[in-house]
This record gives sequence, C-alpha cells and structure tokens, in this order.
Amino acid sequence: MIKIHSLSKVFHEGTVNENRAINNINLSVKEGDFITIIGSNGAGKTTLFNLISGNIFPSAGRIEINGRDVTKDPEYRRAAYVGRIFQNPTMGTAETMTLEDNMTIAYYKGCKGLRKSLNNKLRDFFREKLSDLDMGLENRLKDNVGLFSGGQRQALTLLMMVISKPDLILLDEHTAALDPGNARMILNLTLKYVEEYKLTTMMITHNMGHAIKYGNRLLMMDSGEIIYDIEGDTKKSITREELIKKFEVIRKKEFENDEVLLS
Amino acid sequence: MIEGILVEGLIYGIMVLGVFITFRVLDFPDLTVDGSFPLGAVLMAVMLIRGFNPLVGFLAVFAAGFAAGTVTALIHNKLKVPNLLAGILTMTMLYSINIRILQNRANVPLIRTDTVFTYVTKLFGGTVPEGTVLLIFMIAVVLIIKVLLDLFFHTDIGLTLGALGCNEQMVITQGVNPEVLKIVGVGLSNALVAVSGGFAAQYLGFADVNMGIGIVVSGLASVMIGEFLFRSNRIALLTLRVLLGSILFKGIMYLGRYYGYYIKMTPNDLKLITGILIIISLILSKNKKMLTLLKKKESPEVLK
Repeated sequence: MIKIHSLSKVFHEGTVNENRAINNINLSVKEGDFITIIGSNGAGKTTLFNLISGNIFPSAGRIEINGRDVTKDPEYRRAAYVGRIFQNPTMGTAETMTLEDNMTIAYYKGCKGLRKSLNNKLRDFFREKLSDLDMGLENRLKDNVGLFSGGQRQALTLLMMVISKPDLILLDEHTAALDPGNARMILNLTLKYVEEYKLTTMMITHNMGHAIKYGNRLLMMDSGEIIYDIEGDTKKSITREELIKKFEVIRKKEFENDEVLLS
Repeated sequence: MIEGILVEGLIYGIMVLGVFITFRVLDFPDLTVDGSFPLGAVLMAVMLIRGFNPLVGFLAVFAAGFAAGTVTALIHNKLKVPNLLAGILTMTMLYSINIRILQNRANVPLIRTDTVFTYVTKLFGGTVPEGTVLLIFMIAVVLIIKVLLDLFFHTDIGLTLGALGCNEQMVITQGVNPEVLKIVGVGLSNALVAVSGGFAAQYLGFADVNMGIGIVVSGLASVMIGEFLFRSNRIALLTLRVLLGSILFKGIMYLGRYYGYYIKMTPNDLKLITGILIIISLILSKNKKMLTLLKKKESPEVLK
C-alpha cells in the first residue's frame, strides 16, 4: 500500500548546519498494518511523517501510496488519503468556529464548492457519531470548538479524521499533551476506530509499553534510520527490557564507531 | 445630516465588509484596499462618462477589485512575500493604474453625469424627499450584499475560508489548497472595496486617485468600533456588527468635522483622530481581555 524507496532528507544541505534527518530509508507498509514507531528525540520519526504527509519534500528517494507516486504531490492533495493527528490538540480544529462547522469542513476532503452541505440530515449524522465519543458533545453542535478541553478537541480531531475515511493515518504522539485519563481515553478511541474502519496506521509513541502492546509491527528509529523492524509473533513476545537493551546495544555500537573515528 | 451619516456609513460599510473579510476572517491584513477603493471610484467614473449603464459599471468594478485582490494573493502565495508587503506592492502599483484609467488625470468630476443615484431619484422623483430615497436605496443595496455574504459564508467554501484564518494547518489537513482560498478571500474582499469606491464616487460627485489614502485604517477602525457593540459567533450578526460599526465611525467623524472647530480641529486632523480611535479600541479590548482573565483566575473552577 505504501512503498518508500531509499528516502533521504537533508536539512541545510551544503552548510555547516547540514543535518541528515532521514538517511536512505526503505519501508513497505501493507494494507491494514498497525505500525508503532519508537526512537529517541531527533531520531527522525516526525520528519518521516512530514515526508509521508507532504509537509516537506525529500532530498532523494520516492514515496508511493496505493501504487501512485506521490513524491511531488503537495500536502493538501495527499491529505485526501493520508490523515494526520498532531501532538498539539489545537492543530486539528478551528477554535473560532462552531463544532458543526468544523465537522462540515471535515466531512469530505478536497476542493470545496459553493454548495451548502450542512443540513439537518448531516447534523443528525454528526450527533450520532459524536454520541459514540460519550462526551456529551452531541448537544453542543453550535458551541465554538475553542470552548472544549484538550481531550475533547483531540477526540473530535480523531472523529473528523475518520469520517473522511483516509487510507493511512499518521499519529504523532497524539496523546502526549493530555493528562493520563484523557490520554487513555484517546488511545482507546484510536484503537476502536482503527478496528472499526480497518485503518492502516502508523503511530509514534514514547511509551515502550504501548509500542509493544498495540499494533502488529514495531519500528525503532535512530539517526534517521530504521534500526530495528519486527512484526507478528516476534513483536508480540518481545519485552520492554529486551527492547531497551536492543536500543542500548545499537547506541553503544555507534558510540564506539565514533571513538574509532576520533582516535 | 443624520441621513447623510447613514448613507455614507452604508456606502463605506461595503468597504468595511471587505476589510472585515481580510483582517478578521482570513487573518490576512491586506493593504491593497487603499488602492482598490480609488480603483473602483475611477473605473466607475470613466465608465459612467463613457455612457455605460451603472449596473454594467458595477460588474466591471467588482471584477477589477477581484483582480487587484488576486494580484496581492498571488504575490503572497508564489513569492512567499509577507501579506502586508504584498498588499503594499499592489496598492502602489494601483496608484499608477488609477491615473492611467483617468487618462493621466488625478481626478474627474461627475456633476453632469447620470449616476445610479440620479436614476433612483428619478424613479421615485417628487413623492419622497431625495435624501430619504437615497437612504432607502442604500439600505436595500447593503442588505442584499450582506445577506449574499452571509449565505456565502455558510457554503462549504465559505466555512473553509473561516477556518483558514484560524488554523491554516487544519485546512491543509482537510485537503484544501490554502493558496486558492486566499485568492478567493482577498479577491472577494477587494471586489467589495472597489464596489464601495464605485458608490462613493457617484455619491460624492467625483473620483480622485487620492481618495483611498487611509481607507484601510478607517475600515479597521469601523470593524473595531463594531466589535464593542456585541459578541457573537454567527456570521449574520458579525456582518451586521461591521455595518453598524461603519455607521458609528462616520458619526464620530461627522462630530469631529463639525464640532472639532471649537477645539481648533480641522478636517485634516481626522486621520490622526482615526488612528487614535484605533489605539483606544486596542487598549480597551486589551483591558477587557485582562479583566476576563482576572475573573477566570478568581473563579474556583480553574483553581482546582
């Protein structure tokens, strides 16, 4: 479904600040995959998401989605089949507009016309979907989204993303800015939607436990490379300690390499 | 006198609606307005002198204003220039274009030319006083524009325009090209401004290439005065607020013009007064925000 061929991204190329954020990554994601991604800060996880969603363009390599080369497609065009949720719950909704207006904008992706989609039938559909969230939002269609809490807004962002039925969803630590209760709620909601809509998912997380527990494949990233890739039973049976050890071993090797270089 | 303030407030209100779209809805501070207002005035004047029907004139003026806005949006989109600079560029270029439209003159009188207002007064001639006819006509025109604008902001593209000013990333995430939206929004705004200029030229009886100086500031002042009237998140009330703000602003300017004499003020000081009015509005709204913040802090709910 998604094929990434020798993808690289270099920031500030040719200057002293040159930074190889993504280094020759090859990745193939199958339909229905739920991939968790872990890695330290600066490993290139978010850059990889930015490249897939089209927020930035690669220095080299190709990205294919559903057999189509999208490497040069701008972000708004890819958004029709790639849904993305950010860590910041305010990124996914327009706070000065009402809940029903926000959902109308999200109802179908792509170019909008002079047609007026919002009617009572659509409101009923929104109410039905909102009542699934179990937050009482179905009674607040005319309230500004800015009045909602971070958890409510992130749940709404999730809902707005799934009603447009994307092929792939990218979750960038989407529970990290929430309190533990809300984070759990958003995670459960995510799992429910992934199941219900059969969504192909890539999720960045800082929680090793979540990375192991959820999904069918796990990627570990470091210095712009995928250094560890397990799926199926291997992934299910791995423990937190093994994962941390794996990470340390790879890290140490690198450290030694550096020493060799410096000596 | 009251009629004059109302008619002027309504004519300039069309311009203020345009300023409201860019400054408040799109969050795109657009200074093209200082050029597109006289563009509407001079184009209208030339077309009327050439004997075109005012309605045809308004269509041309609308299109010209939209084109001016498109140029600003394109400069901003394609060259990644800040929106303020893009507007200033277009505004400056329009100054020369406006003089060209007037065939190398700086102004043109419309005293002996039939305008939309002479047509309307002829239509109701005699039975009702001229001032009342003008007022009713302008109320009808502005109401139609306002309702059309309200309807537009309820369509899918209108809603997305509203979201653009608040959260551009969200608009991109929903698969909409923000560059196209900016062209639509800034274009529409300047089209309204130009139409307002077209009305102003016919009302004042002349068109002048300098009649746009400070227009965007007076428009912004009107928007801000309106914001003190009431709060709402419904577009129909927001546009109503804009029009009321425009009329109030004209009222304040009238007071300045006629009674400022007693404190040795001249009409030349009005631009200074407009600027001070904006600064006062900013201070007041800032204090208002601080007040609400303080109240929030005191409430136990937030302390919890």
